Amino acid sequence: MPLADSILSRLREIVGAENVLTAEEDVIPYGFDGTAALKQRPQAVILPLDTSQVAACVKLAAENKIPVVTRGSGTGLSGGSVPSDGCLVLCLVKMDKIISVDATNLTVRAQCGVITAAIDAAANKHGLFYPPDPGSMKISTIGGNVAENSGGLRGLKYGVTRDYVMGIEVVMPDGQIARFGNACVKDVAGYSMKDLFIGSEGTLGIITEVLLKVLPRPAARRTMLASYARMEDAANTVSAIIAAKIIPCTLEFLDRMTIGCVEDYAKIGLPRDCEALLLMETDGHPAAVADESEQMLAIARAHAAGDIRVAQNDAEALQLATARRSAFSALARVRPTTILEDVTVPRDKLAEMVAFIAEVAKKHKLLVGTFGHMGDGNLHPTFLTDERDVAEMARVHDALEEIVTRTLALGGTITGEHGVGLAKKPWLKRQVGDNSYALMRQIKHALDPQNLLNPGKIFD
Amino acid sequence: MKPSLKLLDYSILQQCMHCGMCLPACPTYDATKKERHSPRGRIALMRAVADGELKLSPAFADEMSYCLGCLACQTACPAGVDYSNLLETARAEVQSAGLNQTFTSRFWRTVTIRGLFMRPRLLRFVGRLLWLYQRLGLQTAFRKIGLTKLLPKDLRRLEPQCPTIATKFSPQLIRPVESQTKKTHRVALLTGCVQDLVFSDINRDTADVLLANGCEVHTPPVQPCCGSLHAHNGEATLAQVLARRMIDLFPPAQFDAIITNAGGCGNHLRHYGALLAEDATYGPLAKIWDTKVRDIHEWMMEQDCRTPRAGLGDLTVTYHDSCHLTHGQKVTKQPRELLKLIPGLKLIELPEANWCCGSAGIYNITQPEQAEQLLVRKVGHVIGTGASVLATANPGCHLQIAHGLRQAGSPITLLQPVTLLARAYRKER
Repeated sequence: MPLADSILSRLREIVGAENVLTAEEDVIPYGFDGTAALKQRPQAVILPLDTSQVAACVKLAAENKIPVVTRGSGTGLSGGSVPSDGCLVLCLVKMDKIISVDATNLTVRAQCGVITAAIDAAANKHGLFYPPDPGSMKISTIGGNVAENSGGLRGLKYGVTRDYVMGIEVVMPDGQIARFGNACVKDVAGYSMKDLFIGSEGTLGIITEVLLKVLPRPAARRTMLASYARMEDAANTVSAIIAAKIIPCTLEFLDRMTIGCVEDYAKIGLPRDCEALLLMETDGHPAAVADESEQMLAIARAHAAGDIRVAQNDAEALQLATARRSAFSALARVRPTTILEDVTVPRDKLAEMVAFIAEVAKKHKLLVGTFGHMGDGNLHPTFLTDERDVAEMARVHDALEEIVTRTLALGGTITGEHGVGLAKKPWLKRQVGDNSYALMRQIKHALDPQNLLNPGKIFD
Repeated sequence: MKPSLKLLDYSILQQCMHCGMCLPACPTYDATKKERHSPRGRIALMRAVADGELKLSPAFADEMSYCLGCLACQTACPAGVDYSNLLETARAEVQSAGLNQTFTSRFWRTVTIRGLFMRPRLLRFVGRLLWLYQRLGLQTAFRKIGLTKLLPKDLRRLEPQCPTIATKFSPQLIRPVESQTKKTHRVALLTGCVQDLVFSDINRDTADVLLANGCEVHTPPVQPCCGSLHAHNGEATLAQVLARRMIDLFPPAQFDAIITNAGGCGNHLRHYGALLAEDATYGPLAKIWDTKVRDIHEWMMEQDCRTPRAGLGDLTVTYHDSCHLTHGQKVTKQPRELLKLIPGLKLIELPEANWCCGSAGIYNITQPEQAEQLLVRKVGHVIGTGASVLATANPGCHLQIAHGLRQAGSPITLLQPVTLLARAYRKER
């Protein structure tokens, strides 16, 4: 059912005519996010400028029972911001002000549409840093990161987005504005409501402002790259490093298929005849970094690392990190459709899982490169395929099913950092069990009884 | 066969995985924060046209025209989407559908793209008339007595930006074949269209730099336009005609390198292979051609460019990357390295050096407001560096930024890196 003109004109009054988009050329580009093969054209796209406008739009939508899908930069990888049928899209990228950087309390207050990298850049001016660094941080919005509880490369040492959210402002499904949390490190007043909204994927409320914790910027950093003839040796290196009471900021790996694609693409002289590359990085006080990196090198050697390279300066560090940074780009070029997954297993099961993924790919005659975060068990099996090839897509689906089944058998999760959205919906119940699943739905129903906020995401 | 999004290899559209990494690199998205003004959004529209979900519409045509074609998205793209190819196909389709054309735009298009830029001798003749008009003081006089106010609105706005035509064009400055005693390579020098009319001295400087490095330089006096203007504006067939003429004039097998000193031309010149892929006769030649095309800075650094024995005194220089040199041809380090060879020259990095200046071919004519915003931003950064010279290597950027600096009352001079190097070599004598 098309939107009534009276509603459109009311929306224009709220946000200004230039911020209400309805022409097909204007709304088609909001029909998808960063997830492959999912699209749905929205009825209209609204670009509010502040919290009161968001609240007014949501109130109007609630009164008229119009579904609302919230969106930042649309970089999500689980279809979380793909429009639902007949919805309004609230795109919050114009709410992009950093409100304050408090170097005494170590906090940053920002509107939801601020780009994640801009938060870190603002903190950097005060010698501080914002650790979560999802791959899309140059364009993803902080509101989207909080709604998806995004991860990144530094999870093992620094945690994920949730660990840095001290307070949020939320527009509730009926259009009321609520605030949770504050700048106090200790706060046990009532339920920790902010934690309910972090990672809720836009289904419980719309996050319009955040208060983030930041840390002193580490003074030193050391980067190393080691190659291995067996994935197990790389995984055992990681376990041994952690057993030695060292928590590096980065422990990233590439498998053989990914190494080959990176070398084809970036030509940086990687050894092609190895099963794994491990990028290791430690940061902190210069003395600690020097000591830890020596120990890490010794551990790598003791675990049959072949070629080991140690960066002597920032430029060399960047060069070593290029292998990992270009992994996704290199894979994405191979075939027309790229499907990036993020199954995660306990760290000690990682090598087993990587080997299983390679087997499944072979069995279903698929191209799959796997890379990811060895320190926290978060894998990125990347399917290189073509969505127009129906038979191949069916095999992709079968392979995914097998990978998910094994992940859950190993005590893992269907999604480490991308969220459930539409893409992982079929498997959520299997992972969390009937009771937890029912409780999640009860919470959704209690907060959004009309099921208007991002309907059909996480569960039906 | 008319170019069309429906007939285009669909995998080029599919290659976009809509991850959004192009958004922060796109000047038009930066200006409006609306998806349709981003590369990802434009590709979605093109795909909708190819899928038959969207009809070619004036709004679609507008969007294709609003794109700068700066190709910053191609640098940012993790998946290697061939955006340049998509944009040219979409523009060609808009063009052949006759969308979004007024009588005036059709008139100017016929005069320029189909007329002047197909006929090098006529272009020079018109250039000479313009030179006379400027030289005889008519321009100044007309401006003074307000006669320029009688021009149609579009021309009136552009009139103050009209570049000063050079007194001598390239053939009067460069002989068809020049060489010095030590010859290591045989190279062709492309003199360009705007470069020839306005900056023929830069062509001379380019020849001098090549000669100082042992090249035998071939510069035919009459050269066709490379066709980049045509391809970027939806005239694929004319672009093919010009590519064939170019290959006839410079048989690629006879040269070690085909040298261009204009970023925009260079990017187009490297893709004759794709342009003539279906041409049985010229296709194979075009493939060889593509391997021979070199930007002057790229070629000089490949050849271990000789360090000048003399400098230009204490000179602080900053460098602006032309879009098609940096995002199209991926030549970014070489112009900087070439500048650093000059003794005493201090190079300061320009903030947002590879952000479009708004010139973008004829964009400053078709989209004046957006072009002006970009120019003001660029000029602000340039002045902020405190440099006395801005170096850049594309005539479009050169004219645009020089105009911006004049508007801002800045004394900063605009020169091309080869000019600075040629001047240093001349000081050796």
